[in-house]
Amino acid sequence: MPENPTLVQRVLRHQLLWPVLALLVLLLVNVVAKPSFLDVRMQDGHLYGNVIDIMRNSAPVMLVALGMTLVIATRGIDLSVGAIAAIAAAVACTRIIGAGDEAALSTAVMAMTYAIVVCIVLGAWNGLLVSVLGIQPIIATLILMVAGRGISMAITDGQITTVNNPWFSDLASGFVLTLPLAFLVAVGMVVFTALLTRRTALGMLIEAVGINPEASRLAGVRARTIIWTVYGFSGLCAGLAGLVIAANTNSVNANSLGLWIELDAILAVVIGGTSLMGGRFSLAGTFIGALFIATLARTIPNIGIPSEVNYLFKAVVVIAVCLLQSPKARALLRVRRPGAPTLVKAGSPA
Amino acid sequence: MSAITVPPSSDRASTWDRVRTYRPPNRYLPIIATAALFLGLFGVGGMRYDGLTDPQVLMSLLIDNAFLIVLGVGMTFVILTGGIDLSVGSVVALSTMIAAKTLELGWSPYASMAAVLATGTLLGLLMGLLIHYFDIQPFIATLAGLFLARGITYLISVESISIKDPTFTELAFRTVYIGDYYIRWTAIIALATVAVAAYVLARTRFGRTVYAIGGNEASAMLMGLRVAATKVGVYVISGFCAALAGLLFSLYILSGNSLHAIGMELDAIAAVVIGGTLLTGGRGYVLGSLLGVLVLGIIKTLISFDGTLSSYWIRIITGVLLLAFVIVQRFATRRRA
Repeated sequence: MPENPTLVQRVLRHQLLWPVLALLVLLLVNVVAKPSFLDVRMQDGHLYGNVIDIMRNSAPVMLVALGMTLVIATRGIDLSVGAIAAIAAAVACTRIIGAGDEAALSTAVMAMTYAIVVCIVLGAWNGLLVSVLGIQPIIATLILMVAGRGISMAITDGQITTVNNPWFSDLASGFVLTLPLAFLVAVGMVVFTALLTRRTALGMLIEAVGINPEASRLAGVRARTIIWTVYGFSGLCAGLAGLVIAANTNSVNANSLGLWIELDAILAVVIGGTSLMGGRFSLAGTFIGALFIATLARTIPNIGIPSEVNYLFKAVVVIAVCLLQSPKARALLRVRRPGAPTLVKAGSPA
Repeated sequence: MSAITVPPSSDRASTWDRVRTYRPPNRYLPIIATAALFLGLFGVGGMRYDGLTDPQVLMSLLIDNAFLIVLGVGMTFVILTGGIDLSVGSVVALSTMIAAKTLELGWSPYASMAAVLATGTLLGLLMGLLIHYFDIQPFIATLAGLFLARGITYLISVESISIKDPTFTELAFRTVYIGDYYIRWTAIIALATVAVAAYVLARTRFGRTVYAIGGNEASAMLMGLRVAATKVGVYVISGFCAALAGLLFSLYILSGNSLHAIGMELDAIAAVVIGGTLLTGGRGYVLGSLLGVLVLGIIKTLISFDGTLSSYWIRIITGVLLLAFVIVQRFATRRRA
């Protein structure tokens, strides 16, 4: 850039501009429909209101999308996260029921640790298929997506398993420092990942693998290990999300838990501006994307539309975001506006 | 056989020689493997459970999986070009809902069927246009299709609507007797779809272009093939097949419900892969997909004959089969490359 960009130009060119604007527009729609939408009040020692609900409900998608962001950055995709979430919930719930003291803190901790370890192993299995056997990510993770719900049902024996452990349900409905614990866990994971990838070389290495796996291998990057790691991490995030969902209802239904969460997570990643072609990724974008999806889910009943129609709006968002990112659609728009061709060209990121 | 040495060119001797030394062409190996798997499962099942060897079981297999066969046909076209269609399960649900709702509103059954087929085809066309003209990945474009179709289904009705139209119920139970055994019309439609698709893929310019795109899209373009029309065309075909499968499914289940067919796209993809079609595109046959559906169907039948295994084993076994076929495919293509 030859001249120093002014603040306005920097804001206009910032990659988070569109996701943040979309989120603000959505909130504005809510406020117009219901002026008290943004009200937050103290009740029983913690904050209470729509915004707090959105925070709490965004936690599962945020967690899954976090792992998905890194996987997509390596030019992969992880379709199995919903199934892994169901397995995590099934493992944790059966462990809690099987333990001697069902309501104890140690039971909850042990069960959750056990579930998370299982999920890391499952994620590593995906990584094995992708990195060692060289199977396309979409196919490699499809296998676990198909089999995973069956495994989850085998663990719970096809029953809806209900647990009774206050510590476990605190994961979803508990509050720390007046904010929902689930949201804090998700934000904590995002911050942890951001530090890990942006304060060390790991993030750059992940981007290198995504941009050109062969070149990065020749440059001495251990592409195989990195791919293995991101799938394992995605498994861990999916497992955490599964635990949050199960804790929210204190039960696990292997058939429906985390159904289509992989699609929501991919949507959050795409809204956040990470390209599905791999390479550059934005954790802050994913954070905003997950909040957007949770807000959308809240908006639709708020403006008086049945909540099932949610899917229709998601479809519109997917198409809109993809068209915004598609170079061909941008080119089409540019032809329609012959006024400022050079400015648009300079502003569009490579 | 006589001890006299016969020149190898002689017809009589070479017939046996040809049979003995016959090796099927490599491109048919995946289909033969799937067929062997099907026959093996059928044979093992026949030995273990009485009544499984009844030919009527085979007929019922076709009847119960008619919609999946049609879905598999559409999916084969898409996967042959190297794409994927995640929307088919939702389009099936949408089709049952449109059929049920229009019949409830008093439309004639034929107008209702036409509406279903037109909707599915139109959705396929939209996704194809997005994929080809805006370079959106098939995965994400059909994901939008999945949400869109499911959303429209919910918009029409959240409740289940049953189908009571006499024409529909008559069609649903219309049977043809072959000797002592019967087959439903739905299965015949499914088999006819397979036959038409096999002809189109093997004998028409469109079909050859589908294989060419799957092999290498850039080469196909440079050869002057009609890449754009074909690439959009396969999604139109997939959309049409999904709508037709939806009609067959609504005949099978006689209701429209927004919760129908969740995850059916996975079954369709699994059937195509088990049928030997390469997920990277360019290789495979609809006949293989038919066999893939039958393999999934016979597993379901075996589990229900057994009675002690729970239904979730179907998913686990499907996953294991998928894994086995994907790994074999992977090594087969690595050796050739």
